[in-house]
Amino acid sequence: MRVALFVPCFVNALYPEVGEASYKLLTSLGLDVDYPLEQTCCGQPMGNAGYEKDAEPLAERMEALFAEYDYVVGPSASCVSFVREAYPRLSHHKGEHKCLSSRIYEICEFLHDVVKPTALEARFPHKVSLHNSCHGVRLMGLSAPSEQNIPYYSKLHNLLSLVEGVEVVEPERRDECCGFGGLFSIEESAVSVSMGRDKVARHIATGAEFITGADSSCLMHMQGVIEREKLSIRTKHIVEILTAQE
Amino acid sequence: MSCHAVKAKAFLKNEERALWHDKALYAVREKRDRQAYSLPEWESLREQASQIKERVLGNLADYLEEFERNATRNGIKVHWAESGEEMNAIVAQIIKEKGAKHLVKSKSMLAEECHLAPYLEERGVEVVESDLGERIVQLMECAPSHIVLPAIHIKREEVGELFEEKLSTEKGNSDPTYLTHEARKHLRKKFLNADISMTGVNFAIASEGVFAVCTNEGNADMGTAFTDTHIAIMGLEKIVPDMESLAVFTRLLARSATGQPITTYTALYRQPEEGKEIHLIIVDNGRTKSLADAEHRTMLKCMRCGACMNTCPVYRRTGGYSYSYFIPGPLGINLGMLRSPEAYGGNVSGCSLCYSCSGVCPAKVDLAEQIYKWRQQMAPLGVADSKKKMIVKAMNLMMRNPRLMNAGVAVAPYIPRFVYNNGINPWCASGREMPHFAKKSFRVLWNEGKIKR
Repeated sequence: MRVALFVPCFVNALYPEVGEASYKLLTSLGLDVDYPLEQTCCGQPMGNAGYEKDAEPLAERMEALFAEYDYVVGPSASCVSFVREAYPRLSHHKGEHKCLSSRIYEICEFLHDVVKPTALEARFPHKVSLHNSCHGVRLMGLSAPSEQNIPYYSKLHNLLSLVEGVEVVEPERRDECCGFGGLFSIEESAVSVSMGRDKVARHIATGAEFITGADSSCLMHMQGVIEREKLSIRTKHIVEILTAQE
Repeated sequence: MSCHAVKAKAFLKNEERALWHDKALYAVREKRDRQAYSLPEWESLREQASQIKERVLGNLADYLEEFERNATRNGIKVHWAESGEEMNAIVAQIIKEKGAKHLVKSKSMLAEECHLAPYLEERGVEVVESDLGERIVQLMECAPSHIVLPAIHIKREEVGELFEEKLSTEKGNSDPTYLTHEARKHLRKKFLNADISMTGVNFAIASEGVFAVCTNEGNADMGTAFTDTHIAIMGLEKIVPDMESLAVFTRLLARSATGQPITTYTALYRQPEEGKEIHLIIVDNGRTKSLADAEHRTMLKCMRCGACMNTCPVYRRTGGYSYSYFIPGPLGINLGMLRSPEAYGGNVSGCSLCYSCSGVCPAKVDLAEQIYKWRQQMAPLGVADSKKKMIVKAMNLMMRNPRLMNAGVAVAPYIPRFVYNNGINPWCASGREMPHFAKKSFRVLWNEGKIKR
């Protein structure tokens, strides 16, 4: 089984440690992981801004880069869900391989549903508040959306239960949007920040030291609020906790 | 900035009030959740409602004719109006024929849509809103800020002051029970004085020729009981096939809207009493145009419960008036675009694409997906924001050229932070720090062999 690591553009530039932890996590489970160079962006920002068509060349690039892999795995639920939802409309690949949308996974989803590890060598003796990102929850099904009357589950929670010492809590309004929303964060910046402040406050109210989740973009936005307001909580991508050795 | 963004920013200036508004509406969302969680069949009810509406929309002309036949047989006078103007003219004509001067009406978003009240007032008719929230906004001379909770943005102290001025209530008394009693006395006089009544329609049952009006205050029932002529107005999408379908919707409506098992009053109007008249006006006003729009016709499944507003994190924090269409929130963004992209395109930015609205909708209207689709249509329709277009162009240039992107990523950590982490950058100006660029990107670390060890 050949696995390719998809490192979204902003993770590459801002959070290489998230890519590193993703690699470590996958290889620690005996997987053969490659990282095709020349990755840029999946096109989600263009799509959410109303220019999905502009993402066509990016979709073609992604299809070509990842053509030979059985699984493509990335540490960003929203980027992966964009590829999954929009690429069938955008890419016109003619190759023998299946469309990328059917082979791409968010890393927690991939571990939980495909690799199914029963143990992880990780220790993180801290209290963490789970950030259930909108696209992770409502587009990808990483946990049960609060809107629906379905039995509660959380793939992130299940994975974190394999980490020694970690205490996992969820904030009030467990899956309310943090207000990032791609270009929404700029175009409606006042609303975006207001939502971010509220979300961070609810995470802090849990008494957690860290906010963790499967979307670096939400974490980036909340970290921006935390730094501006000099708050005590910190953000950490879930893969860093799943590989922590504290 | 879009017009929504401008008004939203202004609303958020009063942080305390914005927070209060958010909490008031989230409490309604939580009440809705408790109802939804308490019915094991909740999700299948939503699915049923969605399918019933799909069936109705697929055969709308037949259902409407069936409804008209049965309603006419029951003695209801059915009128058809292609536009809001036509509806208003029919209403005015009926009022004139009856020699009526005092109209008491229950809540109807269709009346708002067609600007009925000002139209009638210009013609010398007194129009009294009998729903308490609607009466409050009417006395304040402002528009409803929510389709189910029209005065949700107004604090009780403000209602106290308003009633002091308009209803001569005690000075400084804003006790809700007191104010409600005073409103009740005031409205009772209006009911007794009314010579014609109007209601909206929640559901029109095709197989019976019956229509349902749901209220919590009994004000529709009161108005129609006191007057000899009842005019009901309905958008032509309000049809449900039969009583079994009605049962599905009445179970969903109040649970979704306010978190009640059912509205306090669900009145079915079948035929006028002896000597009285019921007129029902079926209104198109752009709905058949929406029906023909394959991408967006799903909006016609909406039953106007307002759940999408209560859950919308943007609506809750920015209030109904930050939207330029008379219906706010995810529903209003969509209906505004169906009405006129030129006039209401400025609301489309007011969505973080969290998809919560799609998840609460009792008729499974995919509101967020619809907003995403509208965003794609903004540029082709010529109503896109030019600044946003430029940002996307810059992103395109960068992301389509890996060498350019890599060069940018390499340089970024060496640019002094003050250059971009400042008040000119909208990311920071609104209260956030910029993220920190890594000295070495993941790609560089990979190439240096620092990842694969």
